[in-house]
Amino acid sequence: MYVAAKGGEKAIENAHRLLAHERRGDPSVPELSLDQIKGQLRLAVDRVMCEGSLYDRELAALAIKQACGDLIEAIFLLRAFRATLPRFGASEPLDTGEMAVRRRISAAFKDLPGGQVLGPTFDYTHRLLDPTLQGAGASEPGCAEPIGAMPRVIDILAAEGLIEPSPRARPDDRVGDLTQDPLGFPADRDLRLQNLARGDEGFLLALGYSTQRGYGRTHPFAGEIRLGEVEVEFVPQELGFCIPLGEITVTECQMINQFRGSATEPPRFTRGYGLAFGHSERKSMAMALVDRALRARELGEEVKAPAQDEEFVLSHTDNVQATGFVEHLKLPHHVDFQAELGLLRRLRSEFEQERAGASSLQEAAE
Amino acid sequence: MNAPVYNFAYLDEQTKRMIRRAILKAVAIPGYQVPFASREMPMPYGWGTGGVQVTASILGPDDVLKVIDQGSDDTTNAVSIRNFFIKTAGVRTTTSTGDATVIQTRHRIPEAALGEHQILVFQVPIPEPLRFLEPRETETRRMHALADYGLMHVKLYEDIARHGHIATTYAYPVKVDGRYVMDPSPTPKFDNPKMSNCAALQLFGAGREKRVYAIPPHTGVESLDFEDHPFERYRLDGTCAFCGANDSFLDEVITDDRGGRMFVCSDTDYCETRRSQSGAAETRAGASVPR
Repeated sequence: MYVAAKGGEKAIENAHRLLAHERRGDPSVPELSLDQIKGQLRLAVDRVMCEGSLYDRELAALAIKQACGDLIEAIFLLRAFRATLPRFGASEPLDTGEMAVRRRISAAFKDLPGGQVLGPTFDYTHRLLDPTLQGAGASEPGCAEPIGAMPRVIDILAAEGLIEPSPRARPDDRVGDLTQDPLGFPADRDLRLQNLARGDEGFLLALGYSTQRGYGRTHPFAGEIRLGEVEVEFVPQELGFCIPLGEITVTECQMINQFRGSATEPPRFTRGYGLAFGHSERKSMAMALVDRALRARELGEEVKAPAQDEEFVLSHTDNVQATGFVEHLKLPHHVDFQAELGLLRRLRSEFEQERAGASSLQEAAE
Repeated sequence: MNAPVYNFAYLDEQTKRMIRRAILKAVAIPGYQVPFASREMPMPYGWGTGGVQVTASILGPDDVLKVIDQGSDDTTNAVSIRNFFIKTAGVRTTTSTGDATVIQTRHRIPEAALGEHQILVFQVPIPEPLRFLEPRETETRRMHALADYGLMHVKLYEDIARHGHIATTYAYPVKVDGRYVMDPSPTPKFDNPKMSNCAALQLFGAGREKRVYAIPPHTGVESLDFEDHPFERYRLDGTCAFCGANDSFLDEVITDDRGGRMFVCSDTDYCETRRSQSGAAETRAGASVPR
């Protein structure tokens, strides 16, 4: 019979079994282990942790495997799990100045204290497919010793007053959390940065790119990009002092942007900030560009480009929201569609009647 | 690894309490959209996360749950959401409108009148009725605060000027308790009159947009219109091929590629109830329906 919606239960069950079958692929090929994903698809794990807002390599690897490598689906899985976790507080602010640095570059200076440290990077590789990676090739030994702490470029500029000071956090101020309170507008910078940190890398990349192409130009310099491990510290209320919770890997980008001055203040550079879990340079750079663009209102710049429009940007960064709503068009809508069909038919028949009436009037006139 | 352990009806109790507070506020201010800290749910945004969160927050172990999509208990998304609550809450479920204490719905209001012991939970994609007239939340909140609904009336008037009718067939805007203009979710406007003075509590959840709103029991709800263009309920002119109903909202079902079609009740429980009450209607339908 034709009422196709019947039997939904059985159909779903079959579809899920098929999915599991496709996920496994050819059973003669060994199954992918979470260790392999964690170890050899590190950057995918980093992206899923960052946009999934949960620092857990094991769960992120599991999500990637379960999602058959669809990273947005994996992010979604991680977010849905994260949403159920209890929150026992907020950590102390990370001190990226104390980072055990593995990579650190500045585009603003030729050399600087601590030096330019390339670390593990695709930069300057030739993008030629490498046939030696097809088989189980011997891996090259690398010297991945972290270099240790080194001063931040931005602090060097700040010491001279050449860049605006970063606003000091007041210890009593609660840090906003858009997963606990819905985002309102205008949003403060802490919430904006949280939103961007969770935001889709591709969307932020395109927005950041648009500012470089003249839609809200900010004249950026990559003041510093650093990658490494930082300690996360927490003050339990019952103890009253800091205890270390462990180390996480982060990528930080400090953009230096065009200066600003006024009648009462000397001109100085402004800041754009990006921070991402793991090794996520593209994400943290794009985030820094968009952060700076979104400060237009605060800095008295005219808001005319999409990347400067807080409500537009912050409402559309979340790829879990975006993919859900775009894909919900797959759900049946026939009730609404029937209603539209009914109106359309009625309008068309009225149109035909009017046309018939008009032509008979015309005939009468002739 | 952190092995996931989930609470009754999935959400943790703190989250449920937060959502229930938002619901209480929504009930206190009928039609007003209350912001709430919507969570990521294990189904995608746009697939009913708002409704699911509202249902999860109000569900108790003694509740009997019914889930419909397009009026039917058997559409894929309804099956999926019902199974979600069977799995996470273990509550009894039903397809009978009368037996349910909580009914989660997408795009329809059941044909049978609801009672005081029932709560109807709507899944809402875009809670803001003014959104397509004014994209900015900052603006629309101000408009609601000032009850500045001129823009909506201009839109309806322009429809009439252009088409001779108000060209809104679903998600037809209503005014709740004479104050807030509200989006009834994308239900066909056929269902609008059922919202007014309904004995059941009606709750609306929008997960992606992080809003809940409500129509308390026995609250007046009027569909926006003009004196010379009063609101019209629209229904396909036909009878259900299964139960012969000439008062229910109908789905059009294409039966072949030569223009063949039949009409069936969108509300499957209404249809089945009528059929079980009247053997005659069933025989009639059986004769005319291809199987």
